[in-house]
Parts: sequence; C-alpha cells; structure tokens
Amino acid sequence: MGLWFMFTNLFDNIHARGIHTGFGFLGERAGFDISESPIAYNANSTFFDSFLVGIANTLYVSVVGIVFSTIIGVIVGVARLSKVFLVSKFALAYIEIFRNIPLLLQILFWYNIVLASLPRPKQSIQLGLDMILNNRGFSVPRPILEDGFGLVIISFFVAIGLVIYLSKKANEKFEKTGKSTFLLPWNILILIAIPFIVYLILGSPLSFDIPELKGFNYVGGMTYTPEFLALAFALSIYQATFTAEAVRSGIEAVDFGQKEASADLGLSSYQSLKLVVLPQAIRVAMPPIISQFLNVVKNSSLAAAIGYPELVTIFSGTALNQTGQAIEIVLMTMSVYLVISLIISIVLNYVNKKMEIKGR
Amino acid sequence: MDSIIKIDKLHKWYGDFHVLKNINLNVKEGEIIVVCGPSGSGKSTLIRCINYLEQFQEGTVTVDGIELEDDVKKIKALRKNVTMIFQQFNLFPHLSVLQNLILAPRHVKGATKKEAIDTAMKYLERVNIAEQADKYPNQLSGGQQQRVAIARGLCKNPKIMLFDEPTSALDPEMINEVLDVMVELAKENKTMVCVTHEMGFAKKVADRVIFMDQGQIIEENTPKEFFENPQSDRLKQFLEQIITD
Amino acid sequence: MAIFKLEETKKAPSTINGKLRWILDNLVSTPVDVAFSLVILFLLYIIIPPFVEWAIINANFAGTTKADCTGDGACWVFIIHKIDFFIYGFYPEEEIYRINWIFGLLIAFLALFKYVGKTYTTKIAIFSLFPIIAYFLITGGSFGLVEVPTFKWGGLTLTLVISSIGIVTAMPIGIILAFGRQSRLPIIRSLSILYIEFIRGVPLITILFMGSVILPMFFPEGMTFDKLLRVLIVITLFQAAYVAEVIRGGLQAIPKGQYEAADSEGLSYWQKMLIIILPQAIKVSIPNLVGNAIGLFKDTTLVLIIGLFDLLTMVGLTSADSHWTGFETEGYVFVAIIFWVFCFSLSRYSKVLEDRLNTENK
Repeated sequence: MGLWFMFTNLFDNIHARGIHTGFGFLGERAGFDISESPIAYNANSTFFDSFLVGIANTLYVSVVGIVFSTIIGVIVGVARLSKVFLVSKFALAYIEIFRNIPLLLQILFWYNIVLASLPRPKQSIQLGLDMILNNRGFSVPRPILEDGFGLVIISFFVAIGLVIYLSKKANEKFEKTGKSTFLLPWNILILIAIPFIVYLILGSPLSFDIPELKGFNYVGGMTYTPEFLALAFALSIYQATFTAEAVRSGIEAVDFGQKEASADLGLSSYQSLKLVVLPQAIRVAMPPIISQFLNVVKNSSLAAAIGYPELVTIFSGTALNQTGQAIEIVLMTMSVYLVISLIISIVLNYVNKKMEIKGR
Repeated sequence: MDSIIKIDKLHKWYGDFHVLKNINLNVKEGEIIVVCGPSGSGKSTLIRCINYLEQFQEGTVTVDGIELEDDVKKIKALRKNVTMIFQQFNLFPHLSVLQNLILAPRHVKGATKKEAIDTAMKYLERVNIAEQADKYPNQLSGGQQQRVAIARGLCKNPKIMLFDEPTSALDPEMINEVLDVMVELAKENKTMVCVTHEMGFAKKVADRVIFMDQGQIIEENTPKEFFENPQSDRLKQFLEQIITD
Repeated sequence: MAIFKLEETKKAPSTINGKLRWILDNLVSTPVDVAFSLVILFLLYIIIPPFVEWAIINANFAGTTKADCTGDGACWVFIIHKIDFFIYGFYPEEEIYRINWIFGLLIAFLALFKYVGKTYTTKIAIFSLFPIIAYFLITGGSFGLVEVPTFKWGGLTLTLVISSIGIVTAMPIGIILAFGRQSRLPIIRSLSILYIEFIRGVPLITILFMGSVILPMFFPEGMTFDKLLRVLIVITLFQAAYVAEVIRGGLQAIPKGQYEAADSEGLSYWQKMLIIILPQAIKVSIPNLVGNAIGLFKDTTLVLIIGLFDLLTMVGLTSADSHWTGFETEGYVFVAIIFWVFCFSLSRYSKVLEDRLNTENK
C-alpha cells in the first residue's frame, strides 16, 4: 500500500516538473564545458560523451592514486617494522596521523591551502627541465610523437623480449649448475639502450611542446590542474596508510619460527626475506591491498567538493542539473562503480586462488 | 678426542632475568646427549645458544672449532654443520615437501637442481616419507611433518643435530614414528643434543643424560645411573613426577 | 657422572653497556641504518620547528578582532571567536545550554553505566532513555522548549548527531541483513546479498545524492522532507551493509560446536541465534565494529557536498566572514585536530577492547 503511494507520487512529480524519462537525453547536446579531459570534448558533445569523460577522469585519477598509494604503503609498511627506531616511529606517526583525518579534509587542505598558495604564473616555480609549478597547476613538456616513433616502441618490446629470454636462460643455468647470474644491471642496460639506439638512428622522432608564458598564463605542454593534483595527493597519502597496515600485518603474520628455520638452514637475511618471508606475507596482505584499490576508486568521487571533473561531478552533478533526470543518471553512475567493483572482486578471487597455500 | 661442542662458563640474561647460570659442558663427536628438566629450566635456551639462535652475554661456546660470536662469516660456517629440529617443525608452508628440502642446498651451497633432488629423495626415503614428496606441509600429519623437518635438516649432512622438544607438539600415536627416526640417526656417527621428555628414548640411545633446573645443570650421568640412582634431591623430585616407560 | 653445586643468581652485566648496546642495535647498527636515521632527522627538522613556530610561538591567542592577529603565526583568536560555530553550528545562542546538557547527560550516563541495573538488558533499557531525552532537548517544540529546526544544527554537534544515530540505527538493520545473508530461503538470501554488495560497491556520495534528490520524488509535491532526516536514513542504510559484513565475519568465527551444542539443547532457530550465537558474534566483532564507526565518523564530512553544515563545512563558512578572511588554514588545522583526537581515541579504545577479548579467549 505504502509502496504504491510512493510510486504514484514519483510519476506525478516527474510529470509535473516536465522531466523526461528514459535514456534519450544521452544523445542530446550537453551544452557545458569540462575543464580537463583525456578525450576530445566540447559543449556540442552529447551527454553520453560527458558520461564517458567522467569515467575516463575517474579512472585516470584512480589509477594514479592506486599506484602511488601502493608504493608509499609498501614502503611505510616495511619501514614500520624496521629495527631502526627513528624509521619505525616515523612510519607509525605517518600512519596514525593521516589515517585519522577525514579524506575530504585532506583534499580540501591540499586544494585550498597548499596549492592555492602557489605563485601566479608570472612568478612560477621553475623546477628545471621546463617543468613549471604555479597556482594554475603543474605544467610539463608534452611529448609529441612523430613519424617513426612507432619503431622505437616496437624496439622497446623487442628489448623486453630479449630480457625475458636472457632470464630464462639464466634460470636454466641455475637449475643445471646451481650458479646464479646477477642479471639486473644487464637487464636495465638492455631496456634502455636498445630503444635509445633505435631512437637515435631514426633521427630522434620525438619533440616536446614546452609550456611557455604567454600573457598571464602558460600555454602548451601538459598541465596537471590543482584539482587533479589535490585529489591525487590526498588519495595517495590517505589510502597508503591502509595499505601500510596491510603490509605490516602480512609480514607479522609470518611465524617467527619460519625465520629461525631459514637462519638455521643457512639462508642469508636477504634470501630468507625473498624465499620464505615475503611469499607468505604477500598471501596475507594481498586481499586487503586489493580491496584498497576499490576504496581509491570510490573515494575519487569526493572530487565533487573541489570540482575535479570526474564521473560524479560531471554526470551526477552538472548533467543532472541540466536535465533533471535524476533516476537514470544516478543509476548509470552507480552502475559504473558497481562494474569496477565487480572487476576488482574477480581479480581478487583470481589472485587468491592462485596464491592459495594448499592444505589449509 | 677433543670435544666438538665446548661450553665454558656460559651465562645468559633476558633483561634482568638470569636464564642460564654458569653452564659448562663438553660434548664429544658422536655423543648422544639428552637434556631434560622442568619447563623454564633453560634447556631450550641452552641448545639455541649452541647454534647461535640465541646470543649470550658471558662465557664461550665453541662448536666444531668455531668460537661463537656476532660474526657473519663464523655463523655461516657454523650453520653448515649444525642443524636444529624445532618443536613446531617450521616447514615452509608455501613450498612442497621436496621444495622445502632442496631450497637451502641450492641457495646456500649452490647445488644443481638435480643434485639437490637426489639428496632430498635419499633422505626422504630414510625417514620413510618419500611418497609425500609433492605434498604440501599442511596436508601432512604432525608426525609426518616432523619427519620431513628431520630430512630437511639432514640434507646439509650436518655433524651436529640439535632437537628442541621434537615430539612435544605431536599427538601420542605419532611420537613413536619420530622417535624411531631419531634412534636410527643415533646409530650413525652424528652428534645429537636432544631436549626431550621422552625418557624411553634417553634410556635407549643416550650416552649421557643432563638434568637442568632454574638455569643451571644440576646433574649429569649415564642413563642407567641417572634414572636408577639419582643423586640430587631436585632430580629425585623430577623423576617422581615423570611417568617413565 | 657429576653433580654440580647450586649457583647463585647474578645480576645482569652493567646497564651502561646495555643502553649502549640498545643504541647500537637500534639506531646505528649498519651504515644504511645510519643513513636512514639521518634522512628522517632531516625531515623532522624541516617539518616540526616551522610548524611549532607557526602554531605556538608566533601565534596569537588573545584578542577579539582581526587586528589582534599581528604576528606571522597562527591566529587562534579567530578560532576562539568562532568556537560556537564550530561546535554548535547555527544553533541559537540562548538555546545552546540545551546541547551542553546533552553532552553532560551523555558523560553521566557513560560514567554510571557500570553501576546501574544488574543485567545487560536493564542497562541497555536505561541507557536508551538517553537518546529520547537528547532528542527532545535538541529539537525542542515541547516541554516549553523553543523549537530549533534542523537546518540550524551544525558543527561538531551535527557531526556527532549524524555519526551516533547512524551507528546505532545501523546495528539492528545490519544484524538482520547478516542473518538474511545466511538464510536458507533463496529469495531472502539473494536480496540480502544484492543489497550488501550494491551498497558496498558504490561511493557514499552517490547514495547521498540518491537520498537527497531521488527520495523526495517519491513523496507528493509540497511535502517537505527534512534534509537531515533524509541524510540520516541514507547513512543508516549505507552503514547497515558494512555492519552486516562485519557481523557475518563474527558469525563465521563462532566454532561449529556452539551451533551444535545449541541444537542439542533443543533450542529453536531464533532462540539459538539470539541467545547463544549472536552475542558471541557481536563480542568477537567489536574491534571491527569500532573500526566501522570510526570510518562513519570520518564519512560524515561528505554531507558538506550536499549542503549540510557539519564540522568540516564550518571551516569554509567561518572563513567567509568578511571580518575574518584569510584564516582558513587555522580552521583546517583546528578541525583536523578535533577529528584526529576523536578517531585516534576510538582506535586506541578498540585496541584495548581487542586485547581484552584476546586474553579472555586464551
């Protein structure tokens, strides 16, 4: 009875406000601009295009956040267990401070306080290599790929293939003779030298669009806006605290007896870490670390507070205001996150299955 | 014959707690020593000092000619000839039985995979568990795991084997399978120092039995004299509390 | 054969060596460690002294107007002047005493929790008087108290209202959901799973938007749906899904023997669940539930985006005052400290609870 009441109201309201239903609006002209976008977009693009831009921006900032929060998290997590007093206490302070301050506050702080206090373009901070920092953002030279660069990329893959081949050969040698070869410096050399040589041979098919000061602003190059930077910094720093804790519990979960047994067998600290401790630690730490990835994606939605044009801001914000078709829009937005969440779940299950310690 | 293990005036403290008091002990090569005593007497700590899993503040411990100190090279040389069998087995759960055994020989001694596997299978057969080579530790019973641990220790062909209550974590019906293996090992010329409550084992194979209480060695004797003629009051008390078989 | 004379216990070797040893082991054992320590010392050097200078040494604490903020340091005068906004939002000044009463009552109830009533049920029954009293105190409109509409609530008060109501009302719903997830009836089971996975897969903000924009459309035009009420409903529904997952973990942690013992006693399904299983599951889940509560407390800041005036929103609002521009930093630092104190205390308390649970279970 109550549900019926609610639904009739719903239809009345929609009718009264002249809001259309259905997904037809997606084909209409959006009529608004988006400040940054990895794909071409202007006010004449459709609402569906704006939806895509939103997804693209969400993924862009999320990937950056995931990568950096994982790197920072692993370093801090390992540091937390260091014997060196200062190192472990510093890591502890980092975790406790940034974990207990709301993410939104951190985002606002970076945006309104730190980035806003950067100088105006005319007085930008020069970071060398034509990298500029000012209150409009962080500008770097944009690589322009000219003809022939494709070959450079191919040569890079050839180099990767060579590295894999050499590693295989070294493994075989280890199996047969027990001697291990330290390949790392060679691998690095190959990965750098081969593409670089091809690059030179082809006459350096790479130029840069350097940001230049024209009037009041820098033109050219690639600019990372303050909105993007604030979101990326805050996400990375905040989520890293959770990753660090996951890494720490992973390592601590490894029974102390394992280290004793490794020592007794004659393994060095490094060998023990690599062959015994870390494999077991990763199994414990992986699931929480991967679920942190989902949290980064969900938390990117806080961009709405500072206007970074990701999915929620563009679509559930501006587009919704323009068309009033709240139900369709919110449903579409949520579906995107659900799909991402599903993908991450599948990845998690796959990783878990592969790493299972048999018999448990 | 010079002693292969020489412990001289050994003292150890945990913080303020004096856990080992003036231990003096010489073990000849090939001897089988059983150390027993109430819990907290320091017996585990003592044998852990022998392979430097525990460090000590005073006294000297010399094993196979190496005087133990905080020196990476010395410890490396030491661990080539001494093996510890732990109460909790400490097998590597993410590796199969066979992988557990070949890990150290390949990475420490530089053995080839084939050599390592051959050695491993030889010792797995010795402890009667060769058919489990591809299983993972958690798929085995406690007794089987401990036998694998012993095989793993044997792969480096050590002169000295230390046993830290190897059967205390096992269900009663599995204790014998492990003790049988240890008895077999005793027949070879390995030096063995065992901390255990299994008095039957002591009576069967030990050359000397040592009684420790509250951090020091109270009494030391041949098994016959030890069990039939305890001299000190504390040992008499202790023996009364243990049901011997 | 030998017997040995009994040794005396000697004191550990000299403590000077001990301390030196500790320093050597923990600070400078290898060159790499020394390098790391120096790097960290350097970082501390560039972070801490400037902050202390700004926040304490050069700061202004006393005064009434912007002019009193003379130095280079923090202008805490601004915070002190605006403290009422930060704590009470737009609540009318004359009625603020009512909120203080609520705080006081809460402390009194918590302090007396131990001593009042004999069983847990009586304790909880008595304790549930608190929300009722608090509700009347804060909304007014009866018992001779002036009515204060919800859009005037704000600051720390609003944050606490949202968090506490969110956590408390989410609990029973979450428990029901957790049971639903275990149900043998496929419809109930699938609906529960769908609900839980849906909520956990989307950001809170989308759900807040949904509540704020879509929910009113289900009701006739003209019928106003109090904004705060909308937010509370949405947050409760959101939090319930997370509580359900925690409780599910707790239920799974209960050894099968408990279920079997209850069955063999002839208890019905509901008796078994409510009397034997659920209390244990909750007990085991407490550390994770507290973790959830901390998360919710931090998440209340999101209401800023839909136009409610929580503690974080106050930073922007107070800095907008034309008499006091330019002190946003002080605002953020102040609010950050408040959040940090609450969250850190809760997480410490959760650790204490966890330790206590672990020792009980040994």
